[in-house]
Amino acid sequence: MELFEAISTKINYWVYIVIMMIGLFAMISKNNLIKKLIGMSIFQTAIILFYVSIGVKEGATIPILYHDQVHAAHGDHGEADTSHGEHGAVESHEADIHINPDDFTNPLVHVLMLTAIVVGVSTLGVGLAITQKLHREFGSIEEHEILEIIKSGK
Amino acid sequence: MKILALIAVALTGWLLMSAVSDFPDWGDPHSPANSYRLSQGYITDTFPQTSVPNMVTAVLADYRGYDTMFETVVIFTAGIAIIGILRRYGPKDKVIPEQKLYKKEPDLIVETTCRLMIPIIQLFALYVVAHGHHSPGGGFQGGVIFGASFILLALARDLQATQKWVPESRILNLAGTGIFIYAGFGFLCLLLGSNFLDYAILHKVMGVTPIEARSHSMLGVEIGVAFTVTAIMFSIYSNLASNGYMKEGL
Repeated sequence: MELFEAISTKINYWVYIVIMMIGLFAMISKNNLIKKLIGMSIFQTAIILFYVSIGVKEGATIPILYHDQVHAAHGDHGEADTSHGEHGAVESHEADIHINPDDFTNPLVHVLMLTAIVVGVSTLGVGLAITQKLHREFGSIEEHEILEIIKSGK
Repeated sequence: MKILALIAVALTGWLLMSAVSDFPDWGDPHSPANSYRLSQGYITDTFPQTSVPNMVTAVLADYRGYDTMFETVVIFTAGIAIIGILRRYGPKDKVIPEQKLYKKEPDLIVETTCRLMIPIIQLFALYVVAHGHHSPGGGFQGGVIFGASFILLALARDLQATQKWVPESRILNLAGTGIFIYAGFGFLCLLLGSNFLDYAILHKVMGVTPIEARSHSMLGVEIGVAFTVTAIMFSIYSNLASNGYMKEGL
C-alpha cells in the first residue's frame, strides 16, 4: 500500500521517465534513421509532459481569466478612465481584481513548452529533410548500410 | 549493440527514478515551481498590466517577446534549411510537360469534403489567431491550423493545383513578412523612444491607453508569427512530399 501511495502521488514523473527512456532507446539502438527521429520526438514529448505536469495545481483551471473577472474589470476601467485618467485606471485594476494564484495553473511552463514544441517541429523537419537527402545520395536510410557505402569509398 | 543500449537506458532510467522521491507531489500548489513569485506574479499581474486574460499569450508575446521573436526566426531558419537541403532546380524542371505528371483521378467525396472543410478550417485558424489573447490560441497554433488547410488541399488534389494559390515565392515572402511584422513592432517601440518590444509606448500611435496598447500589439505580433508559421509549415510539407521537385506530392 505504501508503494502504491509513493507511485500514485508522483505518477507523472514515473510516466515521463518511462516515455523518455523509450525515446532514448529508439535513438540509440535503431538503425533506421526515421525510427531514430521518431525516438527523438518521443523524447521531446516526454520532456513536454514533465514540464506541463510540474505546473499542474490541484483544483486549478487553465491560465485564462474567467469571463466575469474580465468583465468586471472592464466596467471599472471605463469609469476610472473618465474620472481619474490613466493612472487611476491602473490603480482601480489592481484594487478591484482579486486573482488567486492557486486558481490557475502555472502559465510559465506552458509558455516554455510552447516554444519547445516549435523547436521540436523545426528539428524534426530538418531531420526528415536530411534523411531524405541521404536516401537520395545513398539509396538507403539504414545507418549501417550508409556507413558501409562510405567505408567502401564509392 | 542492442544490449549495450539497453544497459545504458536502464542505467539512465534508474538514475532518474531514484530522484523521483525528491520531486514535489503531483498537483501540489505549493511546489517550488508553482509557489515561486515569478509564476505567481504572472498570474496576478498579467491582467492589470496588459489587459489580456490569457496569461500564456501575454507571457509569450510580451514578457518573453524577445524569446518568441527568435523562436519565429528559428522556424524561418528551419524552413530555409529544408529548402537548401532538398530543393532541386534541375534543367528538367521546366521541360516536364504537365500531362506527363501523374494525374490523380478527381474523387467526388474527397473533393467535396475538402471544399466544405477547408474554408471552415481557415476561418477557425483566423479565429484562433485573432482571439488568441482571450481564449486558448495564438500565432503558432493558428498558423499551424492555417498551414494544415493548405496541406489538406495538397493531399486531396495535387501539389500543382495548390501551387497556383500558394506558389513558392509567395510562401517565402509571407514567411519573411511575418518576421518583419514582429521585428517592426520592436523597432517602432525603439523609434518612439522606448525599449525594444516594450509595447506600452505604442499608445501614441494607436490612440488607446498604454495597457490596451500592449494588448493590441500582442495581436499584431501574433499575426506576424502566424504568417511565418503558415508559410513554413506548407513549405516543409511541399518539399518533403515532392522530394524537392515541387512537382507532384504524395
